[in-house]
Order: sequence, then C-alpha cells, then structure tokens
Amino acid sequence: MAKCPECDADVTVGNDAVKGEIVSCPDCGAELEVTETKPLALALAPEAEEDWGE
Amino acid sequence: MNNPTVGVLLSRVRVEEKLLLEELESRHVPTKILDDREIVFELERKPDLGVDVVLERCIQHSRALYSLWVFGIWGIPTVNTFEVADICGNKLLTTMRLIRDGVPSPRTRVAFTPESALVATEELGYPVVMKPLVGSWGRLISKVNDREAAEAILEHKDVLGTYMHSIYYVQEYVPKPGRDIRAFVVGDETIAAIYRYSDHWITNTARGGKATNCVVTPELNDVCVRAARSVGGGVVAIDVLEGAEGLLVNEVNYTMEFRNSIDTTGVNIPAKVIDYVLSVATR
Repeated sequence: MAKCPECDADVTVGNDAVKGEIVSCPDCGAELEVTETKPLALALAPEAEEDWGE
Repeated sequence: MNNPTVGVLLSRVRVEEKLLLEELESRHVPTKILDDREIVFELERKPDLGVDVVLERCIQHSRALYSLWVFGIWGIPTVNTFEVADICGNKLLTTMRLIRDGVPSPRTRVAFTPESALVATEELGYPVVMKPLVGSWGRLISKVNDREAAEAILEHKDVLGTYMHSIYYVQEYVPKPGRDIRAFVVGDETIAAIYRYSDHWITNTARGGKATNCVVTPELNDVCVRAARSVGGGVVAIDVLEGAEGLLVNEVNYTMEFRNSIDTTGVNIPAKVIDYVLSVATR
C-alpha cells in the first residue's frame, strides 16, 4: 500500500504489479504510475503528450 | 533458434503491455524490458542487448520511431518495423500508401496554407474532417460543417499549432451508421474485429465508444490485409468505415490497443501477437 500523491488516499495494487504499470486512485481517480514495487511507490502518471497514441 | 529472447520496448505498462508480458511469461520466453525513458543509444557501437527481437510498445510515437530506426540499422528484428511506424504514424504517408496500392479510403486533400486548405475544403464539400498528421485517440480532429467553422479551425491551427499543424489534412466526412470497425491484423490474417458504437461521430473506445464483436467477412479480411501489406505488414489495427459503396480504410495503427477486444471477440489477441513476434525472431 502507498499514498496517492494527489489526494493522500491509501492505494493498493495487486501482487503482480510491475514497475511502470498505470493504476487509478480509488478516491480521486488520478492516474498513477508504479515507480517501485518493493516497497510500493506511486507517482502521478505523465499527462498525455501530442505524439501519444497507437 | 529454439529459445529467442524478446525485448519489449516500453515506458508505461498499460493493460496491453501487461497482457503481452504475461503471455511471454506463460510460455517461459526469456524477456527483457527496454524502458524508453532509460535508454541511451551509443550510436557508433551496437551494444549486446541480449535480445533476438524487439516488440515495440511505446506510447510515444517519436520514441518508437527513432528507436526502431536504430534497431533496424543494427540488424535487430523488430515488431513493427521502422517503415511501418513511420507510415502509420503519419496520416498523409498512410493515405498515400493506401491510394498507391488501391486500398479504398476516404477522399483526402493536403494543403500548406489556410487559404489553399479552405479551397480544398470547399471543393470536397461540407462536412469535412480535419486531422493533424500525427496524433491518436481522436485528439484534435475536427468535423467541420460549414465555411465559418472551417475558417476558424484553420486560423487556430495556423496561429496556435506547431508547424506540423500547418500541413492541412482535409478528408471527406463519411457518414457512419453509428459505428465503425476496428480490425486487428497479424501477419497475413485479420484475426479479429470489433464494431465501435458511439452517439458521437468520434467512435474511438479511448473516447467512450462501445465495442461489440464484428464478424470478419472475406471482404473485411481482404481490405484489412491489403491495408496492412500496404503500410509494410506486421501487427496493426485497421480503422474501417462502412461507406455507401463499400468499406473504406480510415487509419492504420502500429502499436495497437486491444484491451476492449479480447473478451468481445473471444480471440486471444496477445497470444497471436506473441506468436508473430517469435516467428520474426526465428526467421
């Protein structure tokens, strides 16, 4: 479990979470990036840029 | 090569990347994640990356494009190739390939000034769709219904956009029956397709479009495989419009998203992708 950097809510992720995975904060809905798994660390995911996509 | 090592080029691990990594793990395929935020290419020296093939899954077109170029020069097989990324990442290049190869697509005009773009728009007839050459998820595309709107959009693109927004790509608007088709091509086969339904004229699932299964008819398979070959082949997702006179290929996507399409179609899309990646590694 780690704190949401946006709203300070407790955020949990699955045991299979990997570095770089994107999760949502259950409280504020912010997109968060898993920056470390052990111990769990979260950061706000970057905003979409012009060349993002498929 | 019995046991190729697959490099996966990515930064964000979205649902698609996770499913692909799980598929590789389930097959015990040695896998190496190449994080595009950490890569430094020492261009003069090909490093021993320890991979036999690279599966490109960047979220950023620019990083994908230039990484694929370097890998290609170094002789490392990639899915997809630089050529495919270059063509698919640019709507003008894609459209010209489709036209060259006789793949039906909406009528399109390209102009370089707001004035000439307005002439092109009037000639096509309203409504038209204006799109940036590079972009995805339906962002910054405009349905333009009349001359006043065209003038406003063109001025905004001219004044506010980067230079790429001053290359005006204007396309006929193809009325949709409330849906379009997203088809997935792997190699020489259309492995699955979905309808994307929306009340909005933009039907991308990234924008809220709802997915249902679409049967891959011989006609759909034919047009999609021809579109895939036209851009260089590999693993691509084709956006298809149902025009009055038949299917029209609208866009081709080279880092396809498929999270909404596995349960919908019943097709194990990540497994098909990994099959293809491994086949490229052992060519």
